[in-house]
Amino acid sequence: MNSRNRVLTCLVLLVAVLDVAGCKKNSRTSANTAPPMSGPAPTAQLTATPTQITAGDQVVLSWRTTDATNISIDGIGDVPSSGVKTVTPSTSTSYHLVARGDGGSADATARVTVTPAQVAVAVPNDSSASNMTADEQFRANVQDIFFDYDSYEVRSDAAGSLSKSAAYLAQNPGVKVLIGGYCDERGSNEYNLTLGQSRADSVKRALVQAGVAENRLRVVSYGKEKPFCTESTEECWQQNRRAGFTIDR
Amino acid sequence: MTASLRIFPRILLFVLVIVYGLNALQVHAQDWVHTGSGLPDPAQKIRLAAADFKPVGGDPQVPLLKSTFDATLFNDLSNAGIFDMVSKSLAPTATPGSPQEINLPQWAAAPANASMVAFGALSANNGRLTVYGWVFDAKNAGAPQVLGKQYNEVANQDNARMVAHRFADEIIARLGGGVNGIAETKLYFVSSRTGSKEIWAMDYDGQNQHIVTKQGSISLSPRISPDNSRLAFSTLGKEGWTIRMFSMDLGRTVSFPAGVAGGSNLSPAWSGDGTKLAFSSSRSGDPEIWACDAGGGNLRKLTAFHGPDVSPTWNPKTNSQIAWVSGRTGLPQIYIMDGDGGNVQRMTDGGYAISPSWSPSGQFLAFSWNRKYGPGAPGGQDIYVMDIASMKWIQLTHESGSNDFPSWSPDGRHLVFQRENGKQTEIWTMLADGTEQHQLTHSGKDSMPNWSWK
Repeated sequence: MNSRNRVLTCLVLLVAVLDVAGCKKNSRTSANTAPPMSGPAPTAQLTATPTQITAGDQVVLSWRTTDATNISIDGIGDVPSSGVKTVTPSTSTSYHLVARGDGGSADATARVTVTPAQVAVAVPNDSSASNMTADEQFRANVQDIFFDYDSYEVRSDAAGSLSKSAAYLAQNPGVKVLIGGYCDERGSNEYNLTLGQSRADSVKRALVQAGVAENRLRVVSYGKEKPFCTESTEECWQQNRRAGFTIDR
Repeated sequence: MTASLRIFPRILLFVLVIVYGLNALQVHAQDWVHTGSGLPDPAQKIRLAAADFKPVGGDPQVPLLKSTFDATLFNDLSNAGIFDMVSKSLAPTATPGSPQEINLPQWAAAPANASMVAFGALSANNGRLTVYGWVFDAKNAGAPQVLGKQYNEVANQDNARMVAHRFADEIIARLGGGVNGIAETKLYFVSSRTGSKEIWAMDYDGQNQHIVTKQGSISLSPRISPDNSRLAFSTLGKEGWTIRMFSMDLGRTVSFPAGVAGGSNLSPAWSGDGTKLAFSSSRSGDPEIWACDAGGGNLRKLTAFHGPDVSPTWNPKTNSQIAWVSGRTGLPQIYIMDGDGGNVQRMTDGGYAISPSWSPSGQFLAFSWNRKYGPGAPGGQDIYVMDIASMKWIQLTHESGSNDFPSWSPDGRHLVFQRENGKQTEIWTMLADGTEQHQLTHSGKDSMPNWSWK
């Protein structure tokens, strides 16, 4: 037996001894260790162009991922690691891409807001020329603002909705608005109520900046207490992560 | 051959380092939780037998009162976390009704092997319930009596339960190092059984569930005052969320102007001495932690950082520190600060951490944590306990639903929490080391539990 083999034998014995000793020390409860990842974490990007359309128009989805072995977009199915696809959503839709790989998973969301065709041809800001009720006009012009996960920053894709709301409110100075802040079902009721408050406050600030008098805007957070939908899907969560508007009577 | 032999020892050395390193981290992960929460090591729990009590007299109420009493006493002692209970199937079938009637060697011998025996007699006469209870040391034949108690109450089921709770708490205090038992404590929680979320109450063991508030709106975050006289909670009204105060003595809400200012006023928290309240309010334009005296005076803002701040909990030992949840860096994390807002320290290193509860000893924080937070990521929202000084933590719930709102029992040995499975949310309790998890509610609509202080 050469010296290398003797070292080997010693090590095998040492490992066996330590392993047996170690087993006794094992706790039933998990300790502060993270499981090893077996590869680099995937990344995912998804964009929709444009993000606001009238019903019937086309949207181009393009995506790019890295270090992923399985990529899918909800409602479309499995897709290549990168690509482009044209879609024609008839209602507002959140496209959700999930990329899974050895190193974990990543996801990306792109939201397309679809305006019904008839609203586009109506004269939205002239109440005398319209046969819509006040509530219908309000709903057609002051539309929900959507937020990213755990965020209360107004996204850039909300600029169109906000300026349309501000224009409507400028034309209808008698209308007061209640801004409700909403969250998806994940996380605690208490934390989500503060998040909903911050969302509604962000939208209020944006409208004030756009010229709406502050005393016409009232804010209430509903957190996750009054969800718009209750499915545990990203589509539903996105619908719930919003600031919603009602006429404050 | 030579090449593989050259590499093999290196691999072995690598494996050895990994195995040894992992074990070093895992060494007795639960020891500090047991020590800090007053839970004995499982091997050192006192072996206790609770004999069925001897029925005395011919009153027709006696059998039902006795079965309630026996079951409640056994359950309380089992729940205490400090006893290794002799199961009724191993215990002698004798029902000694007095010190003269007990045959101690019979209880000390196998298979019962009891170190201590609780026993006594229960009678009903002219509408009165009388209970005599003793605890004897089975290994000390010379002077066996550890405890002797007598109770006399109106004879009904509620009082049979209450007397059992009181006797259990006496036993627990005597044999558990002087720490008072929790059998007489209450749990407050939110339930939507009536169609709207109201505050409800129940006994610590899930018995006697009943509605407290009738706001007809959404009421959340019940927090009972340390003297059990007032219940603070948050309600949605036309002008948003306000902190309301319910007088347990008057049975109605009473004025609390400090909680009514605009914006969202949420998550009230009593200091351990009952003199102060902390809560979250967005009255200044951003959700911050505020504090005031118990009557609402001396109102002051403690945090000043953009982003959500909510869910405060006082250090009940010192009443000079607050732990809370802040979203100032993105996903919510647990922080602690002094009562004046100074000395802010972040406690969690990532993930999604919410709903802290400060242990009665001041040593631990319990909270809900999703450590691997991310869309599609594995893992769930689980209850953790952290030792504040060392920032060591231990996970108490594993792969069973989404868990939130832990609240410490006054003895520091138990936690109550909410567990959501599917769309069903229920109240559960467990010991502070995560063992003995028991479901207390079954309506599917129960959440946000809060354990009374005594």
